[in-house]
Amino acid sequence: MLKRVFAALLAAVILALPAQAQDGTLGPIQTILQEHSDAIVKSSRKTIGPAIDAVAGSGLPQAQTVLQAWQAKDMWQRKADGLFFLAKPSGDGFALTDFDTGTEAGVAAKGDLEQIKPNAGIRALLGTALVQFQLLDPDRARRVAALTSVERDPVAELIEPLAGSIEDEPDAELKARKERLLARLTARFGATTEARVTAIHVLSGSLAVEARGVLNQVLTLQPPALAPYPEGAIVARTVTPGGTDLSIDAAYDLMVAAGQAQPVPTVAERLQTLSANIDGGRVGGVPVAQLNTQEARDRAYLALVAAGTVPATSWTPEFSKAESVAGAEFALLYAEKDAAVIEAARATLKGIERKVAWNQTLDLGLDALSLASIYFLAAIGLAITFGVMGVINMAHGEFIMMGAYTGYVVQQFIPNHTASVLVAIPLAFAVTFAAGVAMERLVIRWLYNRPLETLLATFGISIALQQLFKNIFGTQARPLTAPDWLGGAWTLNDVVSISYIRIAIFFLALIFLGLVLFIMKRTRLGLETRAVTQNPGMAGAMGIRTDRVNMLTFGLGSGIAGIAGMAIGLFAKVTSELGSDYIVQSFMTVVVGGVGNIWGTLLGATLIGTLQKGIEWLNPSNTLAAQTYMIIFIIIFIQFRPRGIIALKGRAAGD
Amino acid sequence: MTSRSFFLRNPSVLVFLAVLALFTLGVTVFSEAYGSGELSTSFVKTLGKTLCLALVAVAMDLVWGYTGILSLGHFAFFGLGGYMIGMWLMYERTRTIVVTSMADAPIPPTEQEIVDAIGTQIFGVVGSSEFPAVWAFADSLVLQLVLVVAVPGLLALVFGWLAFRSRVTGVYLSILTQAMTLALSLYLFQNDSGLRGNNGLSGLQNLPGLGDVPQSVVSVCLFWASALALALGYVLAAWIVSGKFGSVLRGIRDNEARVRFLGYSVEGYKLAIFTVTAMIAGIAGALYYPQAGIVNPAEIAPIASIYLAVWVAIGGRGRLYGAAIGAVFVSLVSTWFTGGQAPDIDLGFYTLSWVDWWTILLGLSFVGVTLFAPKGIGGLVDLITDRRAPQRHGAPLGPDVGSLREQEADE
Repeated sequence: MLKRVFAALLAAVILALPAQAQDGTLGPIQTILQEHSDAIVKSSRKTIGPAIDAVAGSGLPQAQTVLQAWQAKDMWQRKADGLFFLAKPSGDGFALTDFDTGTEAGVAAKGDLEQIKPNAGIRALLGTALVQFQLLDPDRARRVAALTSVERDPVAELIEPLAGSIEDEPDAELKARKERLLARLTARFGATTEARVTAIHVLSGSLAVEARGVLNQVLTLQPPALAPYPEGAIVARTVTPGGTDLSIDAAYDLMVAAGQAQPVPTVAERLQTLSANIDGGRVGGVPVAQLNTQEARDRAYLALVAAGTVPATSWTPEFSKAESVAGAEFALLYAEKDAAVIEAARATLKGIERKVAWNQTLDLGLDALSLASIYFLAAIGLAITFGVMGVINMAHGEFIMMGAYTGYVVQQFIPNHTASVLVAIPLAFAVTFAAGVAMERLVIRWLYNRPLETLLATFGISIALQQLFKNIFGTQARPLTAPDWLGGAWTLNDVVSISYIRIAIFFLALIFLGLVLFIMKRTRLGLETRAVTQNPGMAGAMGIRTDRVNMLTFGLGSGIAGIAGMAIGLFAKVTSELGSDYIVQSFMTVVVGGVGNIWGTLLGATLIGTLQKGIEWLNPSNTLAAQTYMIIFIIIFIQFRPRGIIALKGRAAGD
Repeated sequence: MTSRSFFLRNPSVLVFLAVLALFTLGVTVFSEAYGSGELSTSFVKTLGKTLCLALVAVAMDLVWGYTGILSLGHFAFFGLGGYMIGMWLMYERTRTIVVTSMADAPIPPTEQEIVDAIGTQIFGVVGSSEFPAVWAFADSLVLQLVLVVAVPGLLALVFGWLAFRSRVTGVYLSILTQAMTLALSLYLFQNDSGLRGNNGLSGLQNLPGLGDVPQSVVSVCLFWASALALALGYVLAAWIVSGKFGSVLRGIRDNEARVRFLGYSVEGYKLAIFTVTAMIAGIAGALYYPQAGIVNPAEIAPIASIYLAVWVAIGGRGRLYGAAIGAVFVSLVSTWFTGGQAPDIDLGFYTLSWVDWWTILLGLSFVGVTLFAPKGIGGLVDLITDRRAPQRHGAPLGPDVGSLREQEADE
């Protein structure tokens, strides 16, 4: 503020001065430009500073125009009187605009003008100077752009303009953002220790990646150094050579550089020396053919040293770099020299990291829940056909895949994504219901009570279906696009977020849980299904048409698989192998949960989903390993609960 | 039991061995290396590979057809055997290359330098140069040959012990073995598994120390080795199933609980047959992959084990020659169709290309075999030997297991 008042006063003084030029009174901005004319024309990064500061700090409304023109290489000097103009090509010459009044100042031939060509360094300085104007720009979009550019490229010079722009900021959201940015800038570049420590404390509790970035930058470590350390350096921690921070070779090199040790030839250098000194098939008296052990090579090298062919060093075969560096002390030093700032940054970062860890746990929990609902969706159809009916359907994965392809095909005809999804859901059910009923009628009903053969026959159908869809749709992945309102993610903070699609799948899974439970427990079909599964002979004697019940139940399970496939296709790529990616996990879900129990499937899916996410978290780079370990865990789990989490008891358990 | 000799009691073994011997002689006579050259080297290799597949199918038949364990993991054991021999083949071959390239250096390399160079050569593709611990014995053919049977055997022993002792049976066991296979292949797909990730082990067709021997000769030698292994494996399998041990196995297949009540240790029998067949599968794999030239984790994927079950089912399970016939027949027909040799069928509006449609045909014929010909191709032999199954035809009269069927009720 003060500075601006001062600048305004200065401008007023300049205005009042009877500054004379050839053709009359100069405007205020032109006056400043004329004062720094030499520096501007010279265009050297070293000397341009005062000129830019004078223009930017003038407080004049035209200052921004001048800086922009200057930066865009649109500022030209008239050779005749040395005045600066904004010049644009016009016909043969250039149309001049007076900076002060903004009015046309005639057209000049190119020969009469000299272009001011700021180099890249000066343009960057001009850009920095311009930011303060942009931060105050009435256009909100420009202010946002300026803020973003500062965030991307933070420099110390911007602290002041940024601080100055906060008070007049009308937009509350932008104001908060400016304040956060100011705190980050001050934490890194603040002039005094107090200012920086205060700014660091402001950052505490922030989950933003940028805040952690700033703190980490404050706490940047330098490469390992050898004691004694430079004056004022703060030791982060001492390191032992041979660890991940410092190799033994690097530690020894540090000692050599500090004059505490003699340079010794490395193995490769000694080998080179040996090959350079082959003399009549011998090196140092040792025949070349014998030099295929390190021991013989050492002997030959020593012989060369003894003969004086090679300068003597402290190297001997017994020499060990590890022993030499063992006595020395090495440490990682902070790049920052201010102890109070480091202490504040460490404490704040610790607090933030604890908070981040909590939030990451929450995020992991959401991820696990989402994965569990995907597994549940994929497995719930199976929970009916395999769990309740006891039919092994290895083509279940292909029903999932058919559902996804149905969604894709519908989208080819109905371009509106919302409508197409709404149409595709019942259609996917219908298609896979029909496929399931056809399969039950044609194949499975001949194989009841022969589960291994059911497994084989459905395998055959599985590979045939997979190849059929590969033939029809090709091997490349087909897109199944979710409606726009399912795009994006629900973001709680910088750490916790979950995409809307996954939320939708979670609710879809809940709906299906309710639906399947309702059908199985409350409807006639469910009652008849359970009767037929438990004792088909008795059920038949009671007048239940067992064939029809089996057919409908199998169709229901398959139809649900189709809808699950639709949902999975929304976030995964639709390929003919989509189903086989889920089939083993689906069976695992049902088996782990407990065959014949829908709640068991829910528990199984939750267990497997949580487990997989947990293992992925322990080893984030490797999802393949996570799946491997999960399957091994399941194999071991089945040792302890062979009938799953919820085991059926009594007659319902079958055998 | 009478004192008649083993072969007299099992005439099918002699017939099988005779056919195999004739086939081997025929291939040799028509090979490029030792005969008239009608059969190309690559086809001899295909035939050799087919014999290895027949061997693993015989093993599969032991465990599935005779004991009733539908294992979907035997092709994983097959692949593991390939990996074990592949490690030695790749190590020694790379060693030959490295030593040759280092021979030009003015100073002969040390052992350590050679090993380091081999490591860089082998693991460069996965961004590493260190030898992982699993390669500890890669420089020794004998140890690696021991591992060919030891590693699949040990895995089968541990897995089988875990699975059988908790009484996992039937389809649950199938799914569990499938999960094991999936876990193994996913593990091998990782770059840091130490077996070159999805690159697998390659260049296995070049046998170390036989650089001067042409591939045509190598292919016939490997074919003979495969035929010998199949013959020995077949005799071993026939011997296993012909004795008391085999009777117990069949008992377990037909009614596990009754065998247990008779006092037999069902788990022990299952574990023994599971482990032995895993070892046979390992040997088959060790002979297969030098002829194929490359082994990678995709070979171990669950679908491969499923195909193995398909071969045995089509050939006819519960009879050893059926499994071998199924493997040979399906894999050769498969090669013929997918190799593009089968003529495409022009339907006017669509050209049926067998490369694309063969899998569908295979899948559907598999369904057909399961439904209509549970005895498979091997069942045709019964027509000659006049062996008949009890007449239990007609639809079941009730929906329960073992309910009377129409024809039985008539009698």
